[in-house]
Amino acid sequence: MNLKPETSARIDEVITHYPTKRSATLPLLHLIQEDVGFISDETIEWIAQKLEIQPINVYEVVTFYPMFRRKPIGRRHIRVCRTLSCALMGGYKTCDAFKKEFQTDLNEVSPDGEVTIEFVECLASCGTAPVVMVDEKLYEKVDEKKARELSAQIKAESKVAPVR
Amino acid sequence: MPAPEQRRIIFKHIDEPGYTNDIDCYVRNGGYEVLKKAIQRKPEELIDEVKKSGLRGRGGAGFPCGVKWSLVDRKSGKPIYLVVNADESEPGTFKDRYIIHQDPHQMIEGIMITCFANNVKQAYIYIRGEFPEGARILEKAIAEARAKNFVGPNILGSAYGCEIYVHRGAGAYICGEETGLIESLEGKRAYPRIKPPYFPAVLGLYQCPTIVNNVETLCHVKYIAEFGGAEFAKIGTPNNTGTRILCVSGHVQKPGYYEYEVGKITLGQLLNEVCGGPLPGRKFKAVIPGGSSAKILKVGERYKGKRKVGNDMVDYDWGIEDVPMDFDSLAMIGSMGGSGGVIVMDDSVNMVDALANINAFYAHESCGQCTPCREGSLWMKKITTRMVHGDARSEDGALLKNVADQIAGRTICAFGEACSWPTQSFIAKFGDEFKAYPQTKQEAKHGGLELV
Repeated sequence: MNLKPETSARIDEVITHYPTKRSATLPLLHLIQEDVGFISDETIEWIAQKLEIQPINVYEVVTFYPMFRRKPIGRRHIRVCRTLSCALMGGYKTCDAFKKEFQTDLNEVSPDGEVTIEFVECLASCGTAPVVMVDEKLYEKVDEKKARELSAQIKAESKVAPVR
Repeated sequence: MPAPEQRRIIFKHIDEPGYTNDIDCYVRNGGYEVLKKAIQRKPEELIDEVKKSGLRGRGGAGFPCGVKWSLVDRKSGKPIYLVVNADESEPGTFKDRYIIHQDPHQMIEGIMITCFANNVKQAYIYIRGEFPEGARILEKAIAEARAKNFVGPNILGSAYGCEIYVHRGAGAYICGEETGLIESLEGKRAYPRIKPPYFPAVLGLYQCPTIVNNVETLCHVKYIAEFGGAEFAKIGTPNNTGTRILCVSGHVQKPGYYEYEVGKITLGQLLNEVCGGPLPGRKFKAVIPGGSSAKILKVGERYKGKRKVGNDMVDYDWGIEDVPMDFDSLAMIGSMGGSGGVIVMDDSVNMVDALANINAFYAHESCGQCTPCREGSLWMKKITTRMVHGDARSEDGALLKNVADQIAGRTICAFGEACSWPTQSFIAKFGDEFKAYPQTKQEAKHGGLELV
């Protein structure tokens, strides 16, 4: 595994948080996904060895939790909330606006490689619906207009500097 | 009757200009003084205060916190764990987000008092994966508290020590269920455990006695340690003590979070006065009062029966607007206070569309362990989605009810109830709309608001 030194250091540190190594499965998956971008077969085997468990123990976790992904995504990750409160305030239109702006479907890498759009379940910010996360940042009250503005911002940023 | 004033205890500093989430700001505002005093006391005294306070869990079930603590097996010789449920996954709920992001030390102080009272040496904060910034804020806050000796070994010069670690989830709703959460913390799929024998208080994390408390609940513990259980019990109404943060979302003028003494405000006051009423030109149609799994309330329906006031039984005859927002009243009218998430729908919503949205959520989030829930939630989603996007039949409502009726009570955890209650209550109260849906579609009366 080719990990950044700080990722490796954090992995070793986080394992000490738990009396059993297996508990570090989710933290390790997060750390490696943040570093590498997705969870490969190699990662699953590497984590299994690191935590002294079987690869199937890691694999079943990867397939259970929606946030872990098995393939790379676009450079930016757009997560639009789909659940009731956001939908009541127009979340479906917001999602469509993003899809149109980047000419892509859900869960795909857009043709320009820029984004992957996901329609996710509740992001727990229902009072400011509809909400959207771009990478790790939350945007509130994102109607179609704001979705188009955000898209323009993402496109502009990509021309300045690569994000990942 | 005008709505009472908000009473902000837990959200005292939320959105306060100049209030930051670092420890210096917290200490400047009197932070960690309660912990300093608490560790001079006997742990049993603190548990007694919480029992006296009548504090009920703010995560969803409303279970008395003091009772939860007293069920912990203290004779096993095994370590006792505290797990903070910061999964905040019930749709409609968004209170813990603000505590975590804006006032994390309040929660950490509550955690340390709880740990001291229960002789816990290790606490974990299980935070939902969708709060990456929140997780960083908590880690920074814990490091700050450790540097000042409020967390870690020998806190404040005492013989007592306790460590807190942050553990991130990864997008699974079921992790809000306490035994599923524990499995997840152990590095596994979040399959809820069967009870008995796996009551967390006896066989929890690593098969050790474990307390699982919600973020807001732990903040209340700090307040109880400060002012005493008896004082706390004076806030709110009997058996529904303290304050509660009500999260309002959906079709109101002013959605948001509002902290009130439990039971002192009615649903009508909350929606019409505090939240400014319906959107222009619209009328309220239905309200889900306690997170998306709570049974729906229909505007215009009446609730009648007898309830206890003091020592007497009195008749009540309430419209939806008269219902006090407390655990017992909402349970009495057949719904629940749940997690405090109030979702409002107006007359622009077709209830078939709304249920289709909810069913898509539960089908996505069923952990898949128990057949009735895994298959039932999926079928309910398939039927409602077909009604919206394909052929709708007038008998679909009856079919949905039939599926829903076979889930609740037949599963390991409460998800079975959570996913069938919306369908059951929607059909019971809006059955006509389901029957008429094929016609409604043809006439294209709806179609403005896409929900699934």
